[in-house]
Amino acid sequence: MLRFILRRFTVAVLVALTVLTLAFLLTRLSGDLAISIAGPNATAADVETIRQVYGLNRPLVVQYFDWLGRAVQGDFGESFFFRDRVANLIASRMGVTITLGLVGLAIALVVSLPLGILAAVREGSWVDRAVSLVALVGQAMPSFWLGLVLMITFGLNLGWLPISGTGSWEHYVMPGVVLAFSAIPSLTRLTRSGMIEALSSDYIRTARAKGLSRLSILVKHGFRNAAIPVVSIAAVQLGFMLGGSIVIETVFALHGIGYLAWESISKNDFPVVQAVVLVLALIYIALTLLADLLNAVLDPRLRTS
Amino acid sequence: MSALLEVQDLRVTIGSTAAVRGASLAVNKGETHCLVGESGCGKSITALSVMGLLPRGAKRETTALRFAGEEIGHFGEREMSRLRGDRMAMIFQEPMTSLNPAYTVGSQMTEVLRRHRGTPRAQAVDRAAELLARVGITAPGLRLGQYPHQLSGGLRQRVMIAMALMCDPELLIADEPTTALDVTVQAQILRLLATLQKDLGLGILLITHDLGIVARVADRVSVMYAGEVVESAPTATLFAAPEHPYTRGLLSCVPVPGKVKRDEPLGSIPGVVPRMRPGFTGCGFRDRCGQASPACEGTLPRQQAGPDHELLCTLAPGWHGRNAA
Amino acid sequence: MSGAALPAGRGAALLRNPGFVVGAAIVGLAAVLALFAPWIVPYDPFAIDLERRLVPPSFMEGGSTRNLLGTDQLGRDYLSRLIYGARISMLIGVLTVITSGIIGTTLGVLGGFYGGRVDDAVMFAITTRLSIPAVLVALAVAALRGSSLMLVVLVLGLLLWDRFAVVARSTTMQIRNLDYVAAAWCAGVSRWWVLTREVLPNIATHLAVVATLEMALAILLEAALSFLGLGVPAPLPSWGLMISEAKDYMFFTPWVIVIPGLALFVLVLGVNLLGDALRDMMGTDLSR
Repeated sequence: MLRFILRRFTVAVLVALTVLTLAFLLTRLSGDLAISIAGPNATAADVETIRQVYGLNRPLVVQYFDWLGRAVQGDFGESFFFRDRVANLIASRMGVTITLGLVGLAIALVVSLPLGILAAVREGSWVDRAVSLVALVGQAMPSFWLGLVLMITFGLNLGWLPISGTGSWEHYVMPGVVLAFSAIPSLTRLTRSGMIEALSSDYIRTARAKGLSRLSILVKHGFRNAAIPVVSIAAVQLGFMLGGSIVIETVFALHGIGYLAWESISKNDFPVVQAVVLVLALIYIALTLLADLLNAVLDPRLRTS
Repeated sequence: MSALLEVQDLRVTIGSTAAVRGASLAVNKGETHCLVGESGCGKSITALSVMGLLPRGAKRETTALRFAGEEIGHFGEREMSRLRGDRMAMIFQEPMTSLNPAYTVGSQMTEVLRRHRGTPRAQAVDRAAELLARVGITAPGLRLGQYPHQLSGGLRQRVMIAMALMCDPELLIADEPTTALDVTVQAQILRLLATLQKDLGLGILLITHDLGIVARVADRVSVMYAGEVVESAPTATLFAAPEHPYTRGLLSCVPVPGKVKRDEPLGSIPGVVPRMRPGFTGCGFRDRCGQASPACEGTLPRQQAGPDHELLCTLAPGWHGRNAA
Repeated sequence: MSGAALPAGRGAALLRNPGFVVGAAIVGLAAVLALFAPWIVPYDPFAIDLERRLVPPSFMEGGSTRNLLGTDQLGRDYLSRLIYGARISMLIGVLTVITSGIIGTTLGVLGGFYGGRVDDAVMFAITTRLSIPAVLVALAVAALRGSSLMLVVLVLGLLLWDRFAVVARSTTMQIRNLDYVAAAWCAGVSRWWVLTREVLPNIATHLAVVATLEMALAILLEAALSFLGLGVPAPLPSWGLMISEAKDYMFFTPWVIVIPGLALFVLVLGVNLLGDALRDMMGTDLSR
């Protein structure tokens, strides 16, 4: 077990280093970063000054290790546009994104788990088919468009919810729902297939032979086993949701790190973009690691061997 | 002796298969009743019907299904779940998968008692430990805290048996409880079942395809073929004077030391158990039977071949003796 | 295992599956529209008419049969733009799947076929790819390089190969370990023979399932990128771009975003329905 954790941890660190390198290379894609920073109206002298200031005249390898050395200490440099430390910027915006992600995940779980269980219990019935239709619809829904439609319907026409911003919990309802839509299909399907497998297993027959109540059979014996893969996929889905928050934060003008990345991309503010890519990747890596640990906690076969 | 379990004319259809076609049997208190037959003949379905554990889509009909004198055929899921695990318990063929991998042995054992009796946790744990010791498990305290995957197949089946006994049931249904186990372990489990029955006065319905087991533990045997009980008799009678052509075929497949000569082939029954469609009438064995006649397509007579010896066949009891003579 | 060609029985079963029929109809229609757009459209989708801006569709109050689906904020015929939009979505979907399919299948087959170190490297590549936030990176690249249709295809192709790799890897492993493949191996056939005769034909149908799902995803992502202004550049009528351009008017005339959004939703639904029908038939495991 300890070896398993160590191995997973080593891989996670290696992946993180690779992403760091890729994030560095990403900003060098444009050819000359100094020209991109200086913008279209800059003179040759301006570009040369920028090259000096940011150290872009040094060999690429030197720049890379310099950047890497700082990045692993959490120093992502300074934003060109916001005139602030990138780390500070990200820290101040992180709360909104995390809140949004957790709200989205909570909504997704509240919808997916009962739907998946229901579909499994009534496998092959019209309920089951209706649930798979919901999953299909969720999968085909363009999230930015759904956001706009919800804004028109619940924001403007019905006036129930605020259209954009981050003032209160109500501001998180619509973006949370939209974000949840992206995770509902896979979570529902996984819950359904896991439950079908669990319910057809011999230990469920044993549980029935013991005369246990229906609730205990379904939840304690059935869902407990179906939940193991669902938990790990939920953690991974949270990672995807945070990664995809850029679209939703832009639609709803939620000032999280997705919105920050969006602003920085349009302002050619590369240190920020780089850092956001990195932070999101690190969160994803941490979440997959967490998923593996949760798996081990939930599955005694993994824990004790 | 009053019958603990009485099944009359049980019919089960699953989709387009008539799995059980009018089977009747009775298990008395303190008696081991063996239900034998080839795989696919409907013996497991019969057992599951009694417990109310049929798979979804299966339809059950009986003229009578009595447990301890009470008609339970009309019981719904809620009423049946009160009986199951409390007064009637069941153990299965696959000890490797019949326990929930996510919970400890102790947790799975105690929940039976907590559900049916509302016993406090500490007392339930004591009872579980006592029963584990009773089924021959050493260090029961340690085993209670272990997960199923940490136990061997034999141990798991012992746990299943102990779990079935938690509420002191009157009837234990064992569906091929030793088939998946090593031969040495098989013997241990059978001995255990016999001991428990003697000590606790259990009625046991033991389902098996292994005539060796029947000979060792059964008080009474019912032979099942294609969804019908074709012959039923006390064990000694059945082995000494089998009447139904199928029973005779089945017994000729078993080597008996001293009776079977070396280099002589064992008997065999050609063909396999057919799949019965609803609406099929007459004897299900007629296509494989050497004695079949046109009468086998009609309703079969239920005959007494001797005291307590029932036969479902068109042939008159003792037919084989006359033929040979 | 089934080969690349579907046995007749399965083909007939597909035709009885309502999901498959609906999906095939939607995708077929989109393909026809995409292929023959220039001959189908009633008007030039780029022709601006500032006199006739935001005319509602014919079925709404104030609409006329001149523009069946109305006109946009620059007076361009909405139906014509929608039809050209199908062309862009289908093109991006197909090209992206080809690019990512080649990358993912190559990696997956290599990992599954050779195992050991090679497989470790492939798994590492998959893990790394999954940890990269795709939309964000695609946006950043588009911003840095200046966006174009081919760039969108290239970026999405480089980002969406993971599921191809996962499925190709696991199915290749299964096939490699089949008895008859092992027997062929022992009989001394070459690696190349095993790969081309046994592995590829047998994983082809599973990859077809992945291809439909990735195509749906690529179409959605292109729309999202274009919506954010960094996908297909204007004035090309990408559905995502149409929604983005119409966004400023949506509170007054909601149909301007409803029409392209519905088109997008229906097309993606159709592709997914096809994929689901194939998956049910093949039993492809996509749980991760």
